[in-house]
Parts: sequence; C-alpha cells; structure tokens
Amino acid sequence: MKVLVPVKRVIDYNVKARVKADQTGVDLANVKMSMNPFCEIAVEEAVRLKEKGVATEIVAVSIGPQQAQETLRTALAMGADRAILVQTDQDLEPLAIAKVLKAIIAEESPELVLMGKQAIDGDNNATGQMLAALLDWPQAAFASEVVIEGGKAKVTREVDGGLQTLSVDLPAVVTADLRLNEPRYASLPNIMKAKKKPMDVKELGSLGVDTAAKLKVVKVTEPPKRSAGVKVETADDLVSKLKTAGVL
Amino acid sequence: MAVLVIADHDNATLKDNTHKVVTAALAISGDVDVLVAGSNTAAIAADAAKIAGVRKVLTADSAELGQGLAEAFQDLVVGLAANYDAVLTPATTQGKNFSPRVAAKLDVAQISDVIEVVDANTFVRPIYAGNALETVQSSDPKKVLTVRPTAFKPAAEGGSAKVESVSAPAAPAKSHFVGQEIVKSARPDLGAAKIVVSGGRAMGSAEEFQRVIDPLADKLGAAVGASRAAVDAGYAPNDYQVGQTGKVVAPELYIAIGISGAIQHLAGMKDSKVIVAINKDGDAPIFQVADFGLVADYKTAVPELMTALSAAGK
Ligand SMILES: Cc1cc2nc3c(=O)[nH]c(=O)nc-3n(C[C@H](O)[C@H](O)[C@H](O)COP(=O)(O)OP(=O)(O)OC[C@H]3O[C@@H](n4cnc5c(N)ncnc54)[C@H](O)[C@@H]3O)c2cc1C
Ligand SMILES: Nc1ncnc2c1ncn2[C@@H]1O[C@H](COP(=O)(O)O)[C@@H](O)[C@H]1O
Repeated sequence: MKVLVPVKRVIDYNVKARVKADQTGVDLANVKMSMNPFCEIAVEEAVRLKEKGVATEIVAVSIGPQQAQETLRTALAMGADRAILVQTDQDLEPLAIAKVLKAIIAEESPELVLMGKQAIDGDNNATGQMLAALLDWPQAAFASEVVIEGGKAKVTREVDGGLQTLSVDLPAVVTADLRLNEPRYASLPNIMKAKKKPMDVKELGSLGVDTAAKLKVVKVTEPPKRSAGVKVETADDLVSKLKTAGVL
Repeated sequence: MAVLVIADHDNATLKDNTHKVVTAALAISGDVDVLVAGSNTAAIAADAAKIAGVRKVLTADSAELGQGLAEAFQDLVVGLAANYDAVLTPATTQGKNFSPRVAAKLDVAQISDVIEVVDANTFVRPIYAGNALETVQSSDPKKVLTVRPTAFKPAAEGGSAKVESVSAPAAPAKSHFVGQEIVKSARPDLGAAKIVVSGGRAMGSAEEFQRVIDPLADKLGAAVGASRAAVDAGYAPNDYQVGQTGKVVAPELYIAIGISGAIQHLAGMKDSKVIVAINKDGDAPIFQVADFGLVADYKTAVPELMTALSAAGK
C-alpha cells in the first residue's frame, strides 16, 4: 500500500509569533521553522505502518518555498521513501493546497493519505477534509488510532464528547490528532541516508491547478493584551478577591 | 442574502453554541435559518425554533446524520446551500469535521474560527495560536464559515419560527460508523460553563486528578478541563483538552492548577473573564495572564481553597 503524507513547513511550535508593525502579517524573518507537529505525527504513523508491513512506500509532499526541502528531508530521515516539493513562494489557502494535492494524487495513486489535522500557523484545520471532498473519498479526521485491514481503515477519532470509531473504505484521507503517536527523532545515520533519497521538485505552475486566492488579507493585528494581575498570599485572600470580582 | 446556521446538538438537546452562532449570522443578514441534522431531531428543532431572530428551522433525520458522518453532512448541506449566501457552523470538532468538505464542494474558501463579523464579506479570525488576529475579505459568491462560539453572545429566546423537514441524503457508501465512547458527566459542558477548573501535568495520575480537580469543580458547579500534558498522560479524557488544538473556553472564571501556561494552552483560555493560577513555580508563564496568582503547592492550596469556599458559603 502506498501512503502519501503532505507535510508543511511552519513556525516552530516553541516560538511565539509576532505581528509585523505594518500589519501585513506575522514576522517570519530569522524565526525558527520546523515541520508542523501534526504532520510529524502523520509521518510517524506512516512509518509505523511500513514497519508493520502494511505500507510499502511512503511519499512525502510539501507545497512551499525552496526551504521546504528541509522539512521533506526531515520526513525522509524519519522513514519516508521519497519526496515531492511543489515549489512556490505564494502562501496558498487550504482549498488551493487541496487542489494541488489532488493533482499529485492523480499521478501517484496512493491508497491512503495521512496528514495533520491542523497547521499551527494558519490554524485552519481544513485541508484534509477539503481534499477528501475533492476526491470524493471518505475521511477520518482527528485520528487517535488507525488500523488497516481488508481494504479498510478502522479509525478511532477524537470527537466532542469522547471517542468515535469509523471504518472507511480505502482510498481514504486520515488526519492525525495529538494522541495518535509520539513521533521519533531521526537518528544521525538516518539523517545521512535521507540526503540520498529522491526528491522531485516541481514548479507549482507546471501542474495547471487554479490556486488563485479567494480571500484578501485586509490586516493582521495583535490581539488585545492581557496583563498580569496580582499575586495573592492565601486561599482566603483569593476567595475574597473572587467575590469582589463578582465571579463566585 | 440568507444565512444557514448548522445547529449544535447531541441528538438529545440543543447546545447553546447554536444560539451564539445565530448571533454571528444575524450580523450578516436578517434572514437566518437553522438546520438541525441528526437523529430524533423533532424536540431539538422545537427548541431551535424558539431562538429569537430565526426565520425557519429545517430538520433532516437519518442514522448517518445522527452518527455525524462528514460525508452525509456534506451532501445535505451542499444541497441546501443553493438557497443561501452563507453557511455558518459552530467550530466544534463536528463542525470542523464536515464544514471544509462543504466549502470544497462549493469551490469556496472556508473561513475557520471566526471571532468577529465586520460585514457580510469581512471576518476576523485568530491565527498562530491566537497570537495574531487576521481580518480577511472574501470574494466568494457563498461564504462558508466556522464560528468560534465563545466570541459571540447567545441569541435570546422568544422566537417562534416554523419547522420544516427536508429529506436526508442517501447513506454514504464508503464510510461506516463502528461505535463510540462518550464520556458521561453530570457537570456542565466545558464550552458553555461559567466556571472551569483545569488540571495539568502536576497532578501526576488520573486518581490524583480526580481527587483534586473533581471535588473543587463540583463545589463550584464548574466544568473540568485539562492541559494537553494531562490528557496525553491519561489523567483526563481527550475532550477535556483546552487549547489551540483542543477546546476554546471563555468562562467567567478559569482556574488553572499545576498548568505552566504554554502558548498552546493560553490560546484556549486567555479570553476568560477572570483567570486564577495555582502553581508552585512563581515564574510559570501562566502568571503572566492570571488576574490572581497563588504561588503554592496545589496539595496544600487546593484543600485550603475548598475550606475557604465552604467558609464563604459555597
Ligand atoms: C502541536 C501542539 C499542540 C498543542 N496543543 C495544546 C493544547 O491544545 N492544549 C494544551 O494545554 N497544550 C497543548 N500543547 C502542549 C503545550 O505545548 C504544553 O506542553 C502543555 O500545555 C503543558 O501542559 P502542563 O502545563 O500541564 O505541563 P507542564 O508544562 O509540565 O507544567 C506543569 C506545571 O505544574 C507545576 N507544578 C508541578 N508540581 C506542582 C505542585 N505540586 N503544585 C503546584 N504546581 C505544580 C509546575 O511548576 C509547572 O508549571 C500542544 C503542543 C503542540 C506541539
Ligand atoms: N503547504 C502545504 N504543503 C503540504 N501539506 C500541507 C500544506 N498546507 C497544509 N498541509 C496539510 O494539511 C494539514 C492541515 O492544514 P490546515 O488545513 O492548513 O490546518 C497539514 O497538517 C498538512 O498535512
């Protein structure tokens, strides 16, 4: 079974994003960038499926600038077999990303697409579901357990009240939630090996996909600041302050 | 310009999130309809009809809608969208599950987690774990939005909309419900509670979490939340997670116990009216957003708080 894993290069999760003074966006100059944590979880799951003999080939795909090659190398070092970069300096919306992925899927014919539930920059939580709709594939979003058997994926999902289990026919799109697994660190030998694994670079324009933006960003601003309050010494003091604040 | 709001419910009761999304919808248009899709929708629809400002309530019933299958919701909502200029869904796990499918089928953007309606085409949403707010203007003929309920006041009761049933779509062929484990709790819903008590990694075990957090929550009539670390370690169920990638809450009072205050956690609670932090590390980042901070070991601080609350008549 071939597994496709879309991965996004984003601001590192430890970095606090800062809004640019001219309100055009978030300042990413000289900021540490990493693979989106949910994409790491998706890569890890694909690698585990390969280790179990369920997956035969793992293809990592990223749509982004030339530097996204580093993100793809990380996926290769974790255990993906080859990588595709669809190169563009534009920041595409989830629907455009889904359309690009659909075009790649038409060439690659994977039986499973494993991706993150959310990219921690735009916080859209939309691309996987959109891709499934464009392909008319079933989806299992927010997965905390994936079992592949008999041409189906049995997926436990994190839902509003607890957990839900679905069985979806393959091919399908599965998006990873936090509890699916704990991603491994790539070992040094694997990082070295990853340098020799194939990386196919395509220009976005060569795919003939309409990726025009549907939204115009009017401005990006700082949220209202919350200032630190006071330290209280005792529980009694706390309760009387809460009473005064009118919340008890 | 008519707007369709997708109701939030659990096949038994209508959730307050619906009222909040109706408020967002009324900021776009005066013609707001509510769709109640699920199983046994009649009583829920009757409640939705009482929301002030609602023009009409549509109901659709099927087993697959009751199970929340995204493919079934997609088919239903895409069909209905022909009559609407905007489709608004609460940004719950279920809303996030199907709404992007609707947008993709309509070939429009989804605007996720809307916290402000500027005008019928312009919306504000948090990005980067709430460290930035993005104002976007849509050129799409139809808008598909998920709306963050905590950012809107609930619409009042007092309406008397008519209820109309629409036919449910055929069962999805490639997706099947197997089962679910829903955590039953007598406590208020995390998203709707006036007070939330959350525990973090400091609890050390599920037993300790329940021993410390639950009685305090019960004393205050509060919902229980948790940090990701507490959920990952199995101290609390997954749907207790508050944060960037969990639930977003904005109660009157949020009490964080043994939680450090990582950006991802703050993203889910920093709009609470009053924040209390109990942490033994005076430098924990949670104190930077807390109105009242108690630097103490929770093992002594929480029992003292229980006593102080009893003394105050709680
Ligand atoms: C992609 C991604 C998404 C994430 N999403 C979320 C999310 O939605 N929600 C979320 O919460 N996190 C999320 N996180 C995790 C987040 O980064 C933090 O790791 C997490 O919030 C830490 O949980 P914690 O505060 O309980 O644990 P810790 O950071 O370990 O803090 C424990 C605190 O307890 C205090 N303490 C210890 N013992 C005591 C005691 N006896 N008495 C009093 N205080 C004590 C310590 O001083 C410390 O401050 C996410 C991370 C990633 C990478
Ligand atoms: N530029 C991109 N390249 C590859 N995959 C992406 C890209 N953007 C989003 N994705 C995938 O879609 C998931 C959800 O992203 P989003 O819908 O933006 O929150 C991510 O975890 C990735 O798996």
